[in-house]
Amino acid sequence: MDRFNLNSQLEHLQSKYVGTGHADTNKFEWMVNQHRDSYASYIGHHSLISYFAVAQNESIARVKFEFVEKMLQPCGLPVPRDE
Amino acid sequence: MEIDELSQQQTKRLTSYTAPAEVYEDLIGSDDDVDPFLQRTGSRRIVDRQSEYHARRLNRVISPERNDPFAENESKDESRSYADVMREAELEKEEQRIMRELEKKKKEAEKKAKEVTVEQATTQKKRRWDMETPVEAKQTSEWSKPDDESSVGKSRWDETPRVSEDVEMDTPRKRSRWDVTPQVSAKKSRWDETPTHPVAQIGATPVGNLGLLTPTPGHLIPMTPEAQRWEKDLDARNRPLSDEELDSMFPSTGYKILDPPAGYVPIRTPARKLMATPTPMVDGFVMLEEDRTQNYDLPAEIPGVGNLPFFKQEDMQHFGKLLEDKDESELSVEELKERKIMRLLLKIKNGTPPMRKTALRQITDKARDFGAGPLFNQILPLLMSQNLEDQERHLLVKVIDRILYKLDALVRPYVHKILVVIEPLLIDEDYFARCEGREIISNLSKAAGLPTMIATMRPDIDHVDEYVRNTTARAFSVVASAHGIPALLPFLKAVCKSKKSWQARHTGIKIVQQIAILMGCAVLPHLKNLVEAIAHGLEDEQQKVRTITALAIAALAEAAAPYGIESFDSVLKPLWTGIRKHRGKGLAAFLKAIGYIIPLMDAEYANYYTKEVMIILIREFQSPDEEMKKIVLKVVKQCAATDGVQPHYIKEEILPEFFKNFWVRRMALDRRNYRQVVETTVELAQKVGVTEIVGRIVEDLKDESEPYRKMVMETVEKVVSQLGAADIDTRLEEVLIDGILYAFQEQTVEDIVMLNGFGTVVNALGLRVKPYLQQITSTILWRLNNKSAKVRQQAADLISRIAVVMKTCGEEKLMGHLGVVLYEYLGEEYPEVLGSILGGLKSIVNVIGMSSMTPPIKDLLPRLTPILKNRHEKVQESCIDLVGRIADRGAEFVSAREWMRICFELLDMLKAHKKGIRRATVNTFGYIAKAIGPQDVLATLLNNLKVQERQNRVCTTVAIAIVAETCAPFTVLPALMNEYRVPELNVQNGVLKSLSFLFEYIGEMGKDYIYAVTPLLEDALMDRDLVHRQTACTTVKHMSLGVFGLGCEDALLHLLNYVWPNIFETSPHVINAVMEAIEGLRVALGPTTVLQYVLQGLFHPARKVREIYWKIYNNLYIGAQDALIPYYPRIEDDERNNYERYELSMWL
Repeated sequence: MDRFNLNSQLEHLQSKYVGTGHADTNKFEWMVNQHRDSYASYIGHHSLISYFAVAQNESIARVKFEFVEKMLQPCGLPVPRDE
Repeated sequence: MEIDELSQQQTKRLTSYTAPAEVYEDLIGSDDDVDPFLQRTGSRRIVDRQSEYHARRLNRVISPERNDPFAENESKDESRSYADVMREAELEKEEQRIMRELEKKKKEAEKKAKEVTVEQATTQKKRRWDMETPVEAKQTSEWSKPDDESSVGKSRWDETPRVSEDVEMDTPRKRSRWDVTPQVSAKKSRWDETPTHPVAQIGATPVGNLGLLTPTPGHLIPMTPEAQRWEKDLDARNRPLSDEELDSMFPSTGYKILDPPAGYVPIRTPARKLMATPTPMVDGFVMLEEDRTQNYDLPAEIPGVGNLPFFKQEDMQHFGKLLEDKDESELSVEELKERKIMRLLLKIKNGTPPMRKTALRQITDKARDFGAGPLFNQILPLLMSQNLEDQERHLLVKVIDRILYKLDALVRPYVHKILVVIEPLLIDEDYFARCEGREIISNLSKAAGLPTMIATMRPDIDHVDEYVRNTTARAFSVVASAHGIPALLPFLKAVCKSKKSWQARHTGIKIVQQIAILMGCAVLPHLKNLVEAIAHGLEDEQQKVRTITALAIAALAEAAAPYGIESFDSVLKPLWTGIRKHRGKGLAAFLKAIGYIIPLMDAEYANYYTKEVMIILIREFQSPDEEMKKIVLKVVKQCAATDGVQPHYIKEEILPEFFKNFWVRRMALDRRNYRQVVETTVELAQKVGVTEIVGRIVEDLKDESEPYRKMVMETVEKVVSQLGAADIDTRLEEVLIDGILYAFQEQTVEDIVMLNGFGTVVNALGLRVKPYLQQITSTILWRLNNKSAKVRQQAADLISRIAVVMKTCGEEKLMGHLGVVLYEYLGEEYPEVLGSILGGLKSIVNVIGMSSMTPPIKDLLPRLTPILKNRHEKVQESCIDLVGRIADRGAEFVSAREWMRICFELLDMLKAHKKGIRRATVNTFGYIAKAIGPQDVLATLLNNLKVQERQNRVCTTVAIAIVAETCAPFTVLPALMNEYRVPELNVQNGVLKSLSFLFEYIGEMGKDYIYAVTPLLEDALMDRDLVHRQTACTTVKHMSLGVFGLGCEDALLHLLNYVWPNIFETSPHVINAVMEAIEGLRVALGPTTVLQYVLQGLFHPARKVREIYWKIYNNLYIGAQDALIPYYPRIEDDERNNYERYELSMWL
């Protein structure tokens, strides 16, 4: 179990998940992941989605649809990376 | 009387005094000088272990690249098209045919000539009546002929590596190679001809060689690297003297340098040159030893590559160019590329692992820049090299695999080249090589596409060499699995129906067979198509095609089982007519196919067809051929297993013949036959019952042949263990017990089979054994007294097998008696036997209980204490098992002092190599502590923490944890924590480790002890020693996981503050432990708390900080993605993007 191997194993595991980050992740990327996770979570919890529906005076299906749509570009256009 | 003694003494006197034979055997056995790597020291080259068949791969030529009809900008003028290749293949085939024809004519002419002489001879002298009729050289039977299609065994490897007939024709054996002058023949068989050197322009018969026909060794190309080295050395010494050298040798004055005569031409042909100055080859025998100085002309460092672990002479051939000192700026782009690839390949092949890794990455990344041509032109010759080793092959294959991905469609012109090199992997003996080969071919076919693959491999399908056809068929099956069977089906159908050559049909059908073997039940959706594609092959005019078709059908049926019978409808009839028409090998294949189809049928049909095929099978029972026997046995087994076959049919029709032909002594001698017979008999027994089978063979338990008795015993054991003994009547029971006792007593080769058989039968009979127990026991007692250690051991082993039955039969008294006897034999000196005796005692104790045990426990245990010192593993294991059992169930029979004595002995057992022993020991500590209270045991264990050996300490800590678990933690914790004050690293670490195990074992109970140990952990987490912190982190992990949800958050949060600074550790074990502790705390404290810690460093200016924080964040995220949603920090929008999550601020 050398140092190299250990880290690479863990990193490999982590890299299999979309929402994970690394030292060079910027604010925009991190936030996009947060937003997408949030929408997924709202859609997954029925009580939450019905709460939002009531608050917005919309049907549940409409709210759900909007959330899914918003997942496309939740924070607007991407920020160009400064290399 | 006196004289008698005297003579005895005299005979006793030996010529020399020496130790008994056993001592020597012992010494030899324990020889430390045995080199465990002896087998590895031999050549590791692949060629050296390959059979002649496998070595045929070297005969193949890496063909020039072909054009890619799918490429956009094709340049058809240079490369060959499909039509060209097909034409070439035709040409080659025609050439082979003519060669064969010529060969045949020549043979006929010879034969005729011979006949004439024979005729003359016979007319001269009349044959006498008593002389034997001259027998024509007996036609070798179909069976003894090597045949490539007889894959009768299940293994795929025994079918091919045989010489096929048509190849044999190419190299006639008759011709003696010694009476002909070697000459270059058109045929390129490498072995018959004198090696010629086209470059050196040496003729087949060397000129100027004193008129001898045999070539002088000096002319031959050196075959081995040693010879190359040696020749090089010679060359260096024999090179012509240069002008400078001559100048330095001759005096400068008084001489004049003359011009050479006008007509002088120096000799250039090496052959004559060498002969001009005869050099002594070697002076006598030279020891070939590995001499490091031999590498004097091998570079330690290759320019541009760096230091390599090794660079072999053989590598010079490929990588020699790298050594030429050239100015890189003068080289063309192509040359530069070539050198670059060469360097990378050399690094991959010979480099250290890190070097290899970077080189592999580079070559992959730049694959498209380098281009397919330059890459494969270097890799493939390397793979074909004679001196390739396994590791090198593996690495190069890996390179190909990686670059295939990158090159994608660019590989098309090189597909055939790659196949030539990779196909041999498909029939390698090594399983992993085969897998590797399959993977590469699969990737290759995905990269190149199906049309290219078919176009490339089509010419090889009816290649003259069986080897090429065989490997091509296998490669095709891989292509089929990569692209799906439907894509390949039309092609397969066409090939299987080929009118042009039977070879093509044969290969096509073989492809189907290989597909079935490779893909298993995945053939089901296409079964009907596949079967129909090959069905006509059963009535082919070529015997070989018929055989392979039957085998392919067998493979398909095996893959499809238990479904798909309807797909085989079309072949049933030809199969059935086939088994009547065929004999020998063909019949075997047909029977095999039927054997695999019958289990798919429903009961009624299976019954009918079994009856049909059985006639043939029974006839073939008598076949002397081994392969046929195996197939027949297998088919009988398969038929008997189907539902429709009636027991009475088997009883009346099959059994008599079956027993007559297979239950004979000879069958027990061959391992594979033996197994088949046993399996088939057991299968038959499932149908006809125990009595029928056992009744027939039981008498043979007293047979004089021991292997045969073993076969009978194994069958009886299997039958009885599967079907029970309820069927066995009193008469049979008597004979059976009698036979088993006889077989058991008469065995000379110790084998587990007899013991198992005895145990199984006795246990199956249960209460019915009672009348025989007396007899069995007396046999055991008698044999316990035997001179031979093995006999004693088996007797003791038998006791442990039958102890349970004895109890069932209510023979406590008998068992008591046995117990006493075993107790008396505890002085046994052979450790194997002693181990068995202890095992016997344990089984008796287990069965009759502690209180009624004779000898009483209080006598038995003190006798066991010294045995614990024994170092033999078997003794240790049996002894600790027995002691642990007593400590568990009957601790009260022994005084506390005795238990303490045992505790001390047990400490030594923690050193044992076998894990089972250490585990049993640690558990025994727990039992003892439970029996006599933890204080004394704990003191002993804590003292043991001071020892040096790590394993011993680890086991001690485990034991402490177990004691704490069995006697409640509060009895142990104070003493344990007190021990932490000892200012000694090992002790403190031991205490921490015990705590870690303790909290792991007690789980929820830990909530009462957290506050007690927190100060200790605080201290440990701040210690300077890494291991302290590591172990403390592990403790925190177990603790937090144990108390999750039990309201200990305050203490855990406190501990998190101590754990957190350790996240910057770099030592792998420590950082691992820290990460796990944080994971544990994440569970116990909730992800939010940890998230607040993590947020501090995610965007830290220092990369090193960010790296570890993101790693922790990722762990957190994977573990509790959903739970984090409400707790992400609120980020305000900027002018460009909106980051606020507005939904969360909705309020109702």
